[in-house]
Amino acid sequence: MIPASFDYHRPKSTPEALAILGQYGDDARVVAGGHSLIPMMKLRMAQPSHLVDLRSIPELKGIRIDGTTIVIGAMTTQAELLGSAQLTAAVPILHEAALQIADPQVRYMGTLGGNVANGDPGNDMPAVMQCLDASYRVTGKTGSRSIKARAFYKSAYVTALNSGEIVTAIEIPVPPGKHGYSYDKLKRKIGDYATAAAAVMMTVSGGKVQTCAIALTNLGPTPIYCAQASAAIVGSGLDTAAITAAAGAAGALMAPSPDGRGTVQFRTSVGGVMIGRALQRAYQRATA
Amino acid sequence: MAKSAIKLKINGAEVEALVEPRTLLVHFLREQQMLTGTHIGCETSHCGVCTVDLNGMSVKSCTIFAIQADGADVITIEGMANADGTLHALQEGFRQMHGLQCGFCTPGMILRAHRLLKENPNPTEAEIRMGIAGNLCRCTGYQNIVKAIQHAAAKLGGREYLEAAE
Repeated sequence: MIPASFDYHRPKSTPEALAILGQYGDDARVVAGGHSLIPMMKLRMAQPSHLVDLRSIPELKGIRIDGTTIVIGAMTTQAELLGSAQLTAAVPILHEAALQIADPQVRYMGTLGGNVANGDPGNDMPAVMQCLDASYRVTGKTGSRSIKARAFYKSAYVTALNSGEIVTAIEIPVPPGKHGYSYDKLKRKIGDYATAAAAVMMTVSGGKVQTCAIALTNLGPTPIYCAQASAAIVGSGLDTAAITAAAGAAGALMAPSPDGRGTVQFRTSVGGVMIGRALQRAYQRATA
Repeated sequence: MAKSAIKLKINGAEVEALVEPRTLLVHFLREQQMLTGTHIGCETSHCGVCTVDLNGMSVKSCTIFAIQADGADVITIEGMANADGTLHALQEGFRQMHGLQCGFCTPGMILRAHRLLKENPNPTEAEIRMGIAGNLCRCTGYQNIVKAIQHAAAKLGGREYLEAAE
């Protein structure tokens, strides 16, 4: 499988990358880790005339904690996320989710920015970012703006990113020191996308849930943030009735496609199971 | 199509070559450098037989362009044996523990195990299995591959390999 011909660009700075995108418009595509785009190019489902490789732009790398916000450069790889003890201590759900992405080789190359910006409904980090209420820092020729993960995804592979813009960083509000979290993913095999997956963040006080956020992976054309389901948990002691109510409210938002991973009914059902497991594990961790 | 000049290190030797931007690293290694020890399996970044070591990372060479490896340090199976021709501890481990049958996955397994042991010189069985999760073998059932890697870890660490009781 050999991709169509293209010209290769490896800019050294974000302005240089933006200038190349400005020059070639929709004939150009940026490549981060390449583990979504290069397979698509090999299948000739993507045939960019210009490939703009972001790997040599130092300002797109790195993890720093800025007071109440964690800023992760878009080109930070999944392996680098896994290797950051500071990040894992502050936001352990990132470590748990990253470990469930693909396999070691892919995690050395795959980046957080690519994972969230591509708009593939199978990618795991978008739902995690919605759960964390993260924002994406986006830069274009007219300047920089921030887009909430919960408002970023429009449809499969369609996002709020405009032509000529690049996601440069992911900004995550530092969660409370004592919180519960879980990313529960059912997949057929290592390396597969989720049949269904659920991300949960939670705080608990006196046995009662104070805050809760639930988001889902691969149960529709976009990641799904479940506001109503999250609200159904708040105030409860995570009893069966609350979990059932949350799974029911979330189920109404699910629209998975029938594919090799199962029928719509099966995948929706698994979605409910993942929500239940993630809620229970998050609660246990929050109260441990 | 215009070709671009790239310069990289392959198994310790400086290499300069002209590549089309669309040339995948695995095709460059096999067809331009004649290093056919790196295999092509699924070509969709699932099977891991094309795994090479690039700048201290295990990568699937079917999913990176040769031009992206410009300036990189690449190790392939051809670079694993010792300078005097004796086998690397991993090669020795695969031989001693029958870590291969048809051998097709072996170069990728060894390159992946090489990086795994660099990062974690004394892995548990579970860590080995997670560490080679991106490499498929259709012959062995993995049992002897795990033992081969344990054998190599022991040898590299100066310990005697003691096979766990069944």
